[in-house]
Amino acid sequence: MSHPLEALYRDIILDHYRSPRGVEPLASADVCSRGSNPSCGDELQVQLKIDDGKISQASISARGCAISVASSSMLTEVIEGMTLDEAVEFGENIRNMMHGKEIPEDFDLGDIDALKGVRKFPVRVKCAMLAWVATLEAIRKYRDGEATDSKIEITTE
Amino acid sequence: MTTEILDVAKIRTDFPILGRSMNGKPLAFLDSAASSQKPNQVVSAITNYYQNHHANVHRGMYTLAAEATELFENTRTKIAQFIGADSTKEIIFTRNATEAINLVAYTWGETNLKAGDEILISVMEHHANLVPWVRVCEKTGATLKTIPIDSDGRLDLSSLDTLLTAKTKLVALSRMSNVLGTINDVAPIFAAAKKLGAVTLVDAAQSAPHIATDVKKLNCDFLVLSAHKMLGPTGVGILYGREELLNAMPPFLAGGEMIDQVTFEKVTYNELPHKFEAGTPDIAGVVAFSAAIDYLNNLGMDAVQRHEHEITSYALAKLGELPWLTIYGPRDSKNRGAAVSFTVEGIHPHDVSQFLDSAGIAVRAGHHCAQPLMKALGTDATTRASFYIYNTNEEVDRLCKALIDLRSFFKL
Repeated sequence: MSHPLEALYRDIILDHYRSPRGVEPLASADVCSRGSNPSCGDELQVQLKIDDGKISQASISARGCAISVASSSMLTEVIEGMTLDEAVEFGENIRNMMHGKEIPEDFDLGDIDALKGVRKFPVRVKCAMLAWVATLEAIRKYRDGEATDSKIEITTE
Repeated sequence: MTTEILDVAKIRTDFPILGRSMNGKPLAFLDSAASSQKPNQVVSAITNYYQNHHANVHRGMYTLAAEATELFENTRTKIAQFIGADSTKEIIFTRNATEAINLVAYTWGETNLKAGDEILISVMEHHANLVPWVRVCEKTGATLKTIPIDSDGRLDLSSLDTLLTAKTKLVALSRMSNVLGTINDVAPIFAAAKKLGAVTLVDAAQSAPHIATDVKKLNCDFLVLSAHKMLGPTGVGILYGREELLNAMPPFLAGGEMIDQVTFEKVTYNELPHKFEAGTPDIAGVVAFSAAIDYLNNLGMDAVQRHEHEITSYALAKLGELPWLTIYGPRDSKNRGAAVSFTVEGIHPHDVSQFLDSAGIAVRAGHHCAQPLMKALGTDATTRASFYIYNTNEEVDRLCKALIDLRSFFKL
């Protein structure tokens, strides 16, 4: 009999957790932002390198649970090469997916599809969203020309 | 197999919630350090109060108000006896231990502290006995000092002579760590502090549910506790303060009940304890707290402590057999309370807790409101199992079995 938690901890999530991608800090980032979840202590730092309106490199160093580390790892893989508009749209789709809202039928989630299982565990949605919230904040800051480092806290995702 | 000290099977029949199933498994509630479950006697006391005795307390001229006041004040008397206080004037009802510490910080602290003064706490304090002092230091210019811990999770008193000086105006220590389980022998530290003229406060939120409390033996000027951790309802806490100190302190919250004479120009304040109890309190909660104290007194705090010592010893031994598990805090169950924090190699505490939940086991994971302690321990978070009068060795066995299953689920 399969374990009820297999929907949450899919193999691909555990793979990203054990061998997270995109963790090397960038030598020269154009914007960075930090996210933390004070209720559980998860922390991460997002760095983006942006060339001609596209994200050429993304790095996230994350300390936290399997869900937040795996989500960070998958984010860095999927977001590289996207324009800022595409990244924002992608992030909004992930947010909608996590909150059980409609997302476009042709929206290709790739590995991130594995995170759909998190929806059944509402207290863990914030773990999956932390990297995305911090990345969307980094893009907003880049566009607004704000200082490259700020810290946001996620509490009610 | 249960310990012989308490009739745990009989106790469990007083707690219907423990008969629930959780995710298809019998509930093993191992999170009493956060909040204990409530026996039927306490729940019935709340119902009985509202069905038969409710009216606002104090000042009412009619019989029902007198009944409600008598029930309310009976709890004050019972608490005074439970903690060895001289007088009911020394027992102030608050919402919880946190509010009680804030009361002392805002009133005694802001009145008595100035730049150059020092407050001494320890590295293992809960944020409740830390953040209020940080704020008082910011406001008054006083300095916060901390007693470190040793590798076994006990207070390291080797540098106490330099930490505790004539500059020290307040020593505020937890009697039992909510993370490490360490029971601190605060009495000799407080005795030394008093010789230097310092005021002493003990955070008994974790210890009062488990071991006998005597404010005289503890040498404390203030003591705080929360009813909900010791079988009582949420929303009720206690501040004990020596009468002389409470009398000299300005009021905390202002409003009804705490006054003597009021004009638009001047207010004089009510006597103790009412001076610190503005507004309508949680009357039903206070009345029902009395039933919780009766329950503990009937078991006997000595038996409660011995039961927990036994189950903690068993848990430390069984968890100690798991080579990939790190226990934080004393490995010896002597002077150790029933909270055991641990980490599992390769698996984050939140994932540990999530998996245990799927096995019906309720534990807490995170920093446990003790971020400086987590830093001192070199970890971001731990998983904590904590035990109370209704827990059994079988539940410890289930915890260990689920942890072994967890490792295989995560393919480790």
